[in-house]
Amino acid sequence: MRHQNEYRDPELACAQLQAIREAGKGLDRAVTLMEVCGTHTMSVYQHGIRSLLPEQVRLVSGPGCPVCVTPVDYVDHAVALARREATIIATFGDMVRVPGSSSSLLHEQARGATIKIVYSALDAVTLAEDNPASTVVFLGVGFETTAPTIAGAILTAANKNLHNFFVLCAHKTMPAPMAALAGDPDLQVDGYLCPAHVSAIIGAKAYQPLVDRFRVPCVITGFEPLDILQGVLMLVKQVVAGEARVENQYRRVVKAEGNQKARAILCRVFESCDARWRGIGNIPGSGLRLRDTYTRFDAARALPVEIEPVVEHPGCLCGEILKGKLRPADCPLFRTTCTPEEPVGACMVSSEGACAAEYKYGGQGLGAGC
Amino acid sequence: MKSEIILLGHGSGGKLSHELLDDLIVPILSGTEPRDQNDAAILARQQGRLAFTTDSYVVDPIFFPDGSIGSLAIYGTINDLAMTGAMPIAISVGLILEEGLAVNTLRTILEDMSAAAQKVGVRIMTGDTKVVPRNKADRIFVNTSGIGILLHDLEISGSNAQIGDKVLINGTIGDHGMAVMAHREGLALTSDITSDCAPLNSLVEELISGVGCRLHALRDPTRGGIATTLKEIAMQSEVEITLQENSLPVNPAVAGACAILGLDPLFVANEGKLLAFVAPDAAEQALAIMRKHEFGKASAVIGEVTSPNKGKVRLQTAIGGLRAIEMLAGEQLPRIC
Repeated sequence: MRHQNEYRDPELACAQLQAIREAGKGLDRAVTLMEVCGTHTMSVYQHGIRSLLPEQVRLVSGPGCPVCVTPVDYVDHAVALARREATIIATFGDMVRVPGSSSSLLHEQARGATIKIVYSALDAVTLAEDNPASTVVFLGVGFETTAPTIAGAILTAANKNLHNFFVLCAHKTMPAPMAALAGDPDLQVDGYLCPAHVSAIIGAKAYQPLVDRFRVPCVITGFEPLDILQGVLMLVKQVVAGEARVENQYRRVVKAEGNQKARAILCRVFESCDARWRGIGNIPGSGLRLRDTYTRFDAARALPVEIEPVVEHPGCLCGEILKGKLRPADCPLFRTTCTPEEPVGACMVSSEGACAAEYKYGGQGLGAGC
Repeated sequence: MKSEIILLGHGSGGKLSHELLDDLIVPILSGTEPRDQNDAAILARQQGRLAFTTDSYVVDPIFFPDGSIGSLAIYGTINDLAMTGAMPIAISVGLILEEGLAVNTLRTILEDMSAAAQKVGVRIMTGDTKVVPRNKADRIFVNTSGIGILLHDLEISGSNAQIGDKVLINGTIGDHGMAVMAHREGLALTSDITSDCAPLNSLVEELISGVGCRLHALRDPTRGGIATTLKEIAMQSEVEITLQENSLPVNPAVAGACAILGLDPLFVANEGKLLAFVAPDAAEQALAIMRKHEFGKASAVIGEVTSPNKGKVRLQTAIGGLRAIEMLAGEQLPRIC
């Protein structure tokens, strides 16, 4: 990957940190900045960014990991579908280990179900073509970054007149949950590091209503360490100045209007709907469902199955962690009952989950400097 | 061999088994004449301590850029011996074949094994072959065991890392895991990634003769990558190891593929790498020895043993941050060796 090192330059990072410290002197209290993107979560941990920030700048992880925000009953639904005769479940890898109420796709695979990990929804279409005697169900989980590719896969399946390809939809959209959290009186978010690739699709303008309504600063931020440091600096400056604006740190990728072609294909296949977010609950207009023309691809409608009643581990605090109210180490199950080998909650399963990141990379209290 | 594919009868112990052995396996792997074939191989009396190890190989795909399950099965076991400072003297090969495997595929794998053993200078002394029905195994599984001799009295052990030791690696990390992954998944973006699969015995031999007792610990970071191996050594030796991200050699293509797939090269498998813990006054000499070697051109000092903080591994990131390194949890990539 070209240019990766430029965005990890130690001298530039040091200069950014000095600037953050300098700007932070203008703060009269500690501020909470939330990133809402699983890749940000990973990058913050992987590069030890928390250990470098001044004390009064607190970074928390919000509901930005698509697997983590998927409710348990969705996993139960996928498990029930996996138990059908001659059915192939095609999914991105992270979903396989997410625990449902009594099973997971990994357990179903061990019991004989056919679960195929794919890297693109189009691979699932190919799988359906290659296995005409089987029913292929693709698990459609993800934000606006993955949804257009799944829309593309559905259009491809329609063109090929496939009758054995289905999608179990649980797509979510931004920035609705950011508004839900901005309005939460228990949680004071002083600024958002807005997701990078989601913003590439929805465009920088999509955050303006959020800023107008809640007066919360929003900075669209890239994934590399220098991106994140610069995003933090831009947010701190806004907070100090008492401003609330949409700023775009990730200009090399994100445009004000977003990717109109991707949005058009998304819009052709999907329409907005209410969606339930794990730990947050129902958020109006935060999900995507198939438009009437394409409901024949909807696994939930076309393939009726009996789904077990939802049982969640009573001690699991994924919800509070997804809202940024608690840190992974605050959960009594963390590292004890809940580990990546035996995850209880989704935040421990997904490689982009806050608990998995904290487990893998440790807390950030190591102390460092430049 | 009359048949072009492996049949169940090739594992029956009867006529077909003999045909498989006499026409294919024995000529390629050992060349032992029928009159010298017995139920067990006899090794000459050895002077010195012996090392003994075993490993099984189930890699998918069985052929990958710059290697195959055949070369991997030989080098993997040679390297396990080498990490104790042992030089290999004998190796065994156990094959579990799936009914229907193409004989030509088996031949290529056996030829890879033979070439690997010749490169190392070790003889394949004994073996076994079984055939299981279709769908009861994935084409071919291999087990190799190896016996090596220790020609030194050093205590090279994962429990012997000492405070102040420098940590050296003999080249770029994560190449094998990403090569297998890229090949298996047909990822076009990673065309210039090849496996680092290689025998490390001669490199170890040169290190031992160069720095002697100042070489404290050796381990090959295979599954779980260097992160898992360093954590093991930190726990065994009850010390803290600090790595410098800026010093870690990573092939840019591997770094790029990892970034795209959301993997961390620290956790990706290697098959031709070793981590050496050497006393600080021997680090420069060890580095020079390693860099001169065929399998150590990109060697680097990547960190040091920093304190008696039991079992901790931490990484100073490129931008100056500090973070902990834990063992690989779950499987980052399945069936890579």
